[in-house]
Parts: sequence; C-alpha cells; structure tokens
Amino acid sequence: MTEKEMQIQQKQEVRQAGEPTKPEKQYVPAVDIFETAEAVNVLAEMPGVAKEGVEIELENETLTIRGTVVPEEHVGETVLLREFEPGSYLRKFTVAETIDQEKIQATMADGVLTLVLPKVAPAKPRRIEVRGI
Amino acid sequence: MAIVRFADQKLFRNPWADFERMRRELDALFQGTGTEPGGRGTVFPALNIFEDSGNLYVRAEIPGVPAGEVEISIEGDTLTIRGERKTCTTDEKCSYHRRELECGRFSRAVTLPAKVQVDRIEAKAADGIITITLPKAEAVKPRQIKVNVG
Repeated sequence: MTEKEMQIQQKQEVRQAGEPTKPEKQYVPAVDIFETAEAVNVLAEMPGVAKEGVEIELENETLTIRGTVVPEEHVGETVLLREFEPGSYLRKFTVAETIDQEKIQATMADGVLTLVLPKVAPAKPRRIEVRGI
Repeated sequence: MAIVRFADQKLFRNPWADFERMRRELDALFQGTGTEPGGRGTVFPALNIFEDSGNLYVRAEIPGVPAGEVEISIEGDTLTIRGERKTCTTDEKCSYHRRELECGRFSRAVTLPAKVQVDRIEAKAADGIITITLPKAEAVKPRQIKVNVG
C-alpha cells in the first residue's frame, strides 16, 4: 500500500494539581476543533466511553469534557499483548466565542463525541452591502 | 505462563546464561516495554490480546469508525483488521483550531499465538472498541489427563 498508514497516537495522561482518588488512568482526549460561520464544532476521541458516561459543562467560558468508563472485568484471562489501557478522559477549553448555551448539541458515536456549540446571533458574520449612489 | 520446551534445557549449563538474561532484561527496561502499555508507536489500531483456556480475545481501539465499516479477516493464523476513518470534514468553509485526530486508511495484521476455529470467530463493537473472540482449536485447548490407578 502506498498510502501512509495511520499510527497509534499515544494517549497523554492528565497533568494537573489535585491527585485522583481512583486508581485509574486519566487521559487527555485527542480533539478536532473547527469553526464554521454558525458554530464551533468539537470532536473528541474517547474510546470505551458510553453515551451515559459523558459529562459536558460550560461555565464562565470554560468548556469541560469528561468521560468515564465502566471498568471491564476479565477474570481468568492472561495478557499476551497490551497496547492500550482503559481510563477516563478529561479536557478543558476556553471558548472565546459567545456560545448559545441553550442550543449546544452533543452526540456520542463509536467512541467519538461530537459537540456543536452554536454561536449567538450577533457573532455571525454579517454581509454589508455597498450601495452605489 | 512461561513455556519451557525440552530444547531450551541444555545438557551443560552455559556459564554466561545469567548475564545474557540480565542484558535482555535491561534492554527491555530501556525500551519501555515494562509497565507502560504501547511504549513505541506502532500501526493503528492499538490492540490488547488476552487469552483464557478456551478463547483468544483481541480488543482493538478504533474510535470514529462505524462497526460495520471495519473489515476483519483471517488467513491461516494471521488476523487482519482493516478500515478507514473519515472524521475529517470535507466542508471547506470551516477553519480548524485544533487537529489531533488522524484520519485515513488503516490496516493491521497480527499473528495469532494459537490455532483457532476459523468458522466460530465472533466480533462485537461497543463505544469504539471492537472485541474479537476467537475460540481456540480443539487441538490446542488444555486438557486434563486422568491418572488411572491400577
């Protein structure tokens, strides 16, 4: 195959003040953030997190994405290869645009969270027509 | 479980065997293959392989790919996971602030450590993690051997 093959992205652990009380890993999810004229879109990669385990907060322009996993029990299994470890996810962003908090939409599919943060009306670009005299 | 084959047990003890073992362990230490999973970047997706007495379990972390679009095939004892991630938008009007998710085609092949029953392999997806259950072939399953007295 001539195309570039995808590589595993090593998960980054959360570094912050305050120690976790649970003996599980906490990762920073990889994200894509892109902005259109109407909204700011956030895609966050959180494999292993179910729809119910996602928590999103927007407070004082700080957007917090939190994903918790239900630890799986694999009794009587021996490890032959281990390249990933389940853990919870946490990431915070400062949202500069004025976001319409009422209309935030979030969907979770196949381990990827999609957040649509619509901008409030005044922030939308307005086209100003130039009229001839 | 460490398997010791008859061939591994030498008739005469190699006086350097302990040093060789030590060197190997130190090498492994510096490669970071100890407690840290992954360690080195390899081909996507990341895999966890487990086994119990009856099955092999291959778990692959493939977020952002619908379960139906992942191709899993087996040929001999090589398991191949293939697919394409299309999280990138094609909308040209948007501007990216951050781009950390990689998209594109991926394919990963692993050699299974045991013979499996090809027709009874099952795969199930949940929240971006695909679990493939491969029942081991009867020939490699552990079997209890009864000792007859008499």
